[in-house]
Amino acid sequence: MALTQDAVLAGIKEIVVEVAGIDAGIIAMDKKFSDDLDVDSLSMVEVVVAAEEKFGVKIPDEEVTKMATVGDAVNYIVANA
Amino acid sequence: MTLQTTAPRNARILSVGGYRPPRVVPNSEIVDRIDSTDEWIQQRTGIMTRHIASADESLVDMAEKAARVAITRAGLTPEDIDTVIFATITYPYQAPSAATEVLTRLGNTHAAAFDLSAACAGFCYGVALANDLVRNRTANNVLVIGGEKLSDFTDPDDRATAFIFADGAGAVVIGASESVGIAPTVWGANAETRDAITMQPSWIDYKQDPTADIKWPDISQQGQTVFRWAVYEMAPVGLKALEAAGITVDQLDAFIPHQANERIIDSLAKSMKLPDSVAIARDIRTTGNTSAASIPLAMDALLTEHPELHGKTALLIGFGAGLVFAGQVVELPPVPKK
Repeated sequence: MALTQDAVLAGIKEIVVEVAGIDAGIIAMDKKFSDDLDVDSLSMVEVVVAAEEKFGVKIPDEEVTKMATVGDAVNYIVANA
Repeated sequence: MTLQTTAPRNARILSVGGYRPPRVVPNSEIVDRIDSTDEWIQQRTGIMTRHIASADESLVDMAEKAARVAITRAGLTPEDIDTVIFATITYPYQAPSAATEVLTRLGNTHAAAFDLSAACAGFCYGVALANDLVRNRTANNVLVIGGEKLSDFTDPDDRATAFIFADGAGAVVIGASESVGIAPTVWGANAETRDAITMQPSWIDYKQDPTADIKWPDISQQGQTVFRWAVYEMAPVGLKALEAAGITVDQLDAFIPHQANERIIDSLAKSMKLPDSVAIARDIRTTGNTSAASIPLAMDALLTEHPELHGKTALLIGFGAGLVFAGQVVELPPVPKK
């Protein structure tokens, strides 16, 4: 079954809360990982590793560097899971 | 014809010694050339200060000092050492080995000696070999040294590495033991990612055209790739090493991984679900990443800070350029004899 955008966003929220220790309320599709959510490049690796496990998707390093916003990550996972 | 062999015996770490060059370099001395800040470096790596050797202090100068401490603490003399394994990637000669230079320094020129190239996993590779050499009675007292003078091979203008790497040496003596002091090693490689940490170009490039503008083979690293590999792949290695030792995380007293980055250390401890009772080595904060030297240096620092851990159980995991890794559970050395 294909994953919905809402389901992936909810999963990403859980992961970012765990990795960055921030409030789930401020996480939204248009938020930038580094500027808005305090997720730096190393935390982003932890987010990606957790997301790969959660959604059974492979996210190559070159895709990670393109993921500026939560929406970028959600859309990649929806398209590739 | 039937050949004879020897009956296996047990081995353990008899002692550990460390040497850090006296010069302490804070982040503030490094940040200007790489347009960074003390806060950024601490947040990304946990590193506050590191030790850097002076120009006239060689890799073997540092190794000799660490080795002498380890030998004395084992209650032995240099003549008692019959094998030297030197894990390093920064000895600036192809041959003869750094290990044989150590022999001449120790005044014991007849022991078996060789260098081991497994980068930041080198010390754990050395412990694995020393254990098997002692177990099978090929050797009685093996000196395993992890030493690096990475300042000779680090570009101070490289924003990816200048703040990470540092200098130092650590050593252990591994000898016979009544009980099992070193559990089986879990090791391997992910060589498909061997480009992630390199020291290039090769000397052949220089030989073919000495006049060409060929750069010095400073270490370069794809930080995110290595970080991802370490946090994702090394926790299972640690758990397999525990399984090989026949213990659970609740029976572990200390965790001494390669000191690459404090966030890797935190992530591994979390992934392996180490309980709060496990003492975690965080020598990286004041020592930086010293590659093959980092685990024995961290072991020495941890035992100085927590003397009650002498003789207790520790999980070691080394990982680095190759990419290669090795992990094993050991009994930490007993209280020094001298």
